[in-house]
Amino acid sequence: MDGVDERSLARLFRAALAGDERAYGNFLHEAARLVRAWARRRAFGGPDPEDIVQETLLAIHVKRHTWRSDDPVTPWLYAIAKHKLVDALRRQGRHPRVEISEVEDRVAAEEVETVRDWEIGRALETLTPGQRSVVTAISVEGRTISEAARSLDMNETAVRVALHRGLAAIARRFGRD
Amino acid sequence: METHELIKALAADSRRTGVAMNTVWWGAVFVAIVVATTVFFALLGPRPDIASAAQTIRFLFKFVVTIALAASAFGLLRLLSRPETDPRGVLPYLAVAPALVLAGVAIELIVAPAETWSTRLVGTNSLQCLTFIPLIGIGPLALLLLALRHGAPSHPTLAGAIAGLAAGGIAATFYASHCTDDSPLFVVTWYTIAVGVLALLGALTGRHVARW
Repeated sequence: MDGVDERSLARLFRAALAGDERAYGNFLHEAARLVRAWARRRAFGGPDPEDIVQETLLAIHVKRHTWRSDDPVTPWLYAIAKHKLVDALRRQGRHPRVEISEVEDRVAAEEVETVRDWEIGRALETLTPGQRSVVTAISVEGRTISEAARSLDMNETAVRVALHRGLAAIARRFGRD
Repeated sequence: METHELIKALAADSRRTGVAMNTVWWGAVFVAIVVATTVFFALLGPRPDIASAAQTIRFLFKFVVTIALAASAFGLLRLLSRPETDPRGVLPYLAVAPALVLAGVAIELIVAPAETWSTRLVGTNSLQCLTFIPLIGIGPLALLLLALRHGAPSHPTLAGAIAGLAAGGIAATFYASHCTDDSPLFVVTWYTIAVGVLALLGALTGRHVARW
């Protein structure tokens, strides 16, 4: 990670925290790329690196107020990723359920880029129906807040609230099981 | 859900940011002090001779130690509530209060005759000290743990223990104005145990409360 990347990433994050949704999306994509490369080197044979990426993104989201905007962003980012990796390893140790054959299947599956069901998909199942339909509309179906409001016959504020609570509930499920 | 789909959902939720940690910490400390004040005046109140006691160096020194403990533990707690803080780099700050009290003990051992050491250490209020410091500190501890929960500590057990030390520092500051045992020998013994109880309680609950 060189200095320029760190600076531009911090700039994106600052813009995001000031309410720039596009900057936030770009920041999260960059964060995902960094964490993915980081997790692939550390989680082999353990938890799926993409699960670590997704749990880290959720944790970044619900804990983004813990970043101080004059601090570098990458140490903060990797500290969260490490926390999530340790958490996933601990969870897996408690309920060992990955067989070698499964890992082999997974490696094969990744090679052909099949859509897999990540842990977060299972977490989505535990939301209330209202929260689930809002989160799904905006993530999987790619709708905007106002499109989701129209298609679900809700007002925009209610959509925002359901989205916020749904994401917080998913993050909580990973953090406090 | 694929990662790029998750990012869409997170970006759409960008408007609602959590309350700033600064606000949360100072809010928690303010309410913690209000709670400690209320419990202290409801249960104990300051000693009747506080005006004359305030002329003595031993009495005042208790506050130097307890306030140093509260301030250093609180500063550390704020650092530990951020995920990237490496505890090894910041834990030495915690040595301030112990160093002060040990210096006080050393001076006490020099100026006080040896035959009075044990009476000074045992004092008259040890049981009261062990009861009321945890009792005054439990509310502040709960508030600091709630604030910690809003943060993202990478070491929640340790951070919980430090929250216990900060709460203990607050509680001991109040208790010190009630207690008539002013010798550093008493403080180093009984205050340490009482604050240790809160630190242990903080460590045990911190690991659950501050998970994320």
